[in-house]
Amino acid sequence: MTKETVLEKNKSGLTNVLSCGLAWVDERFPLTSNIKAHLTEYYAPKNFNFWYFFGSLSLLVLVLQIVTGIFLTMHYKPDANLAFASVEYIMRDVPWGWLIRYMHSTGASMFFIVVYLHMFRGIIYGSYRNPRELIWLFGVAIFLCLMGEAFFGYLLPWGQMSYWGAQVIVNLFSAIPFIGPDVSEWLRGDYLVSDATLNRFFAFHVIALPFVLAGLVAAHIIALHEVGSNNPDGIEIKKLKDKKTGIPLDGIPFHPYYTVKDIVGTVVFLMVFSTIIFFAPEMGGYFLEANNFVPANPLVTPAHIAPVWYFTPYYSILRAVPPFPGVSMLGIPPSLFPGVAAMGLSVMVFALLPWLDKSPVKSIRYRGSLYKKWLAAFVVSFIVLGYLGTEPSNVWGQFGAWLGNADRATVVARIFMIIYFAFFILMPWYTKKDKTLAVPERVTG
Amino acid sequence: MKINHIIKKALFVLALLPSFLLPLNALANAGAHLDKAPIDVSNHASLQRGARTFVNNCLNCHSANYMRYNRLLQIGLTEKQIKDNLMFAGEKIGDQMKVSLNPVDAKKWFGVAPPDLSVEVRARGADWVYSYLRGFYRDDTSVTGWSNCVFDPVTCKVSMPHVLYELQGEQVMNHETHQLELTKPGKLSVAEYDTLAGDLTNFLAFMAEPAKQQRNHLGWFVLLFLGILLVLTYKLKKAYWKDIH
Repeated sequence: MTKETVLEKNKSGLTNVLSCGLAWVDERFPLTSNIKAHLTEYYAPKNFNFWYFFGSLSLLVLVLQIVTGIFLTMHYKPDANLAFASVEYIMRDVPWGWLIRYMHSTGASMFFIVVYLHMFRGIIYGSYRNPRELIWLFGVAIFLCLMGEAFFGYLLPWGQMSYWGAQVIVNLFSAIPFIGPDVSEWLRGDYLVSDATLNRFFAFHVIALPFVLAGLVAAHIIALHEVGSNNPDGIEIKKLKDKKTGIPLDGIPFHPYYTVKDIVGTVVFLMVFSTIIFFAPEMGGYFLEANNFVPANPLVTPAHIAPVWYFTPYYSILRAVPPFPGVSMLGIPPSLFPGVAAMGLSVMVFALLPWLDKSPVKSIRYRGSLYKKWLAAFVVSFIVLGYLGTEPSNVWGQFGAWLGNADRATVVARIFMIIYFAFFILMPWYTKKDKTLAVPERVTG
Repeated sequence: MKINHIIKKALFVLALLPSFLLPLNALANAGAHLDKAPIDVSNHASLQRGARTFVNNCLNCHSANYMRYNRLLQIGLTEKQIKDNLMFAGEKIGDQMKVSLNPVDAKKWFGVAPPDLSVEVRARGADWVYSYLRGFYRDDTSVTGWSNCVFDPVTCKVSMPHVLYELQGEQVMNHETHQLELTKPGKLSVAEYDTLAGDLTNFLAFMAEPAKQQRNHLGWFVLLFLGILLVLTYKLKKAYWKDIH
């Protein structure tokens, strides 16, 4: 026997073993059919662009957070007397602990960056429109879950910002009429943020919410693969199929085309991620706040309490809404509830997008200038509100007596808050009125 | 053309980033003028001098509970040097830099328990620490006889007395110019004292994050690896996509 035939024989032997094994599994579990349905025969539009990297990157960051989180829980102590020290123990005495911890803390911020860009993609290309409303709703649920994860996780290092941030946010619930004070006490498990709060937040952060999150992500992807992906042209590729094969003319199998493409995106993302981890893990105080290197002290309130950057647009809205002055004749006390309600609404309003958008086209490519102006105004509002939320409300000084010496930043935040909500509330009107372009039959580049 | 498009979009996203990059740390210390601290955690001689100053002067009231003595091996000291020169109370080399001062007593004596200094530089910033160490002045109205406007720009009150005054001498505040003036020279000249405060701050910066040098060093190799991987994966993508138009 020549060398080649031996190799040939061995190769076919190995292939036989593998295909026999696969057949054995397939009789008992739908492995091959699932790989086909979700990867090799899931046809995605061939014109995905830059914005389409952020879905798979969100999944990547989720996995990174879970894996680094598992290693952190091996060394972290959820105890008010030990928590702060155990984080420093991880940073110093646990081999490679500093790397795991920075991956997790940077990962939290990067999660919001990729999710915000992913949501923005959905907005500009109308990915929330019929028939993808449920994908969008699952996505909003994932976003809410993520905010919960970030909030609960931020208490765990037990620094001053952890402590007072949690104190402020939990207190917000007490502004809810009638049940508020009981709700916030129930959340804390105490009359103030304490060891009991830390323990339950730890439970929420490491098991309850990750569990829900994983389920929602699965639902998000199953719903997506049921109806198929949208694309930058906002047209349905399933409308035009090859007569013989039934494959969409503009579709390509997700694997290998988008797997190899997403690997490139992943490497670029990891370069950005690594640059932050290795050279600027605090990100100038935006990813890790300086005050959080001071252990939590219930007796010392920091002069300026600011949430981490990803919550600041909503926090700005909370601060911008004036409190309800109360009606003394009817015995109704003053209340912060309007601000709390506006903040909740500013997050929840995303869920209504599929029903607010009345445009005949989905993608921004075929929308008119009216929509584009509103979208630009929304993006600017989001960023300005986000910036103002990191600063104390007197950051820009005060107006003169003609405006009751109001804080300049608060007035600006109120204006941008109105634009923020107007983008949603007026959407049925301006999307209907907008002059749209003709949508092509086939996808463009 | 496609790649240009991607680069354009990437630049757009990057253009949005700077709005988030203004450093926040400055916020906590708005008001006080801070001098730039001479931080160089690769300067072992400076770190060793700083360690000596820290152990001799600070580590009686302030602890560094997250710092172990054998971490000092990292700044070029031998185990024997650490034991002979920097450890006084029969600790073991792997022990943490603890103090026996009882926090309850400390609170009674100073009004506030001296904080642990392990991560002080990360909480306050190196410039703050450097300015603070040089900012004490004689003030008869304060309990200890010392004030420091870096600690509290409004009242200038501080609980800690000036531990290093024998070295620095005594300064007073000129209330017209708001400048500190040296009225009684100490054992060190002004330049020598600044060096001492700089070395001490440098050591505190090292102690706040001992893994920092390793982190920065490793970062370049990680980026180099990812750079090579980027070229390979991009070529792989190109090869797979050559028939898609």
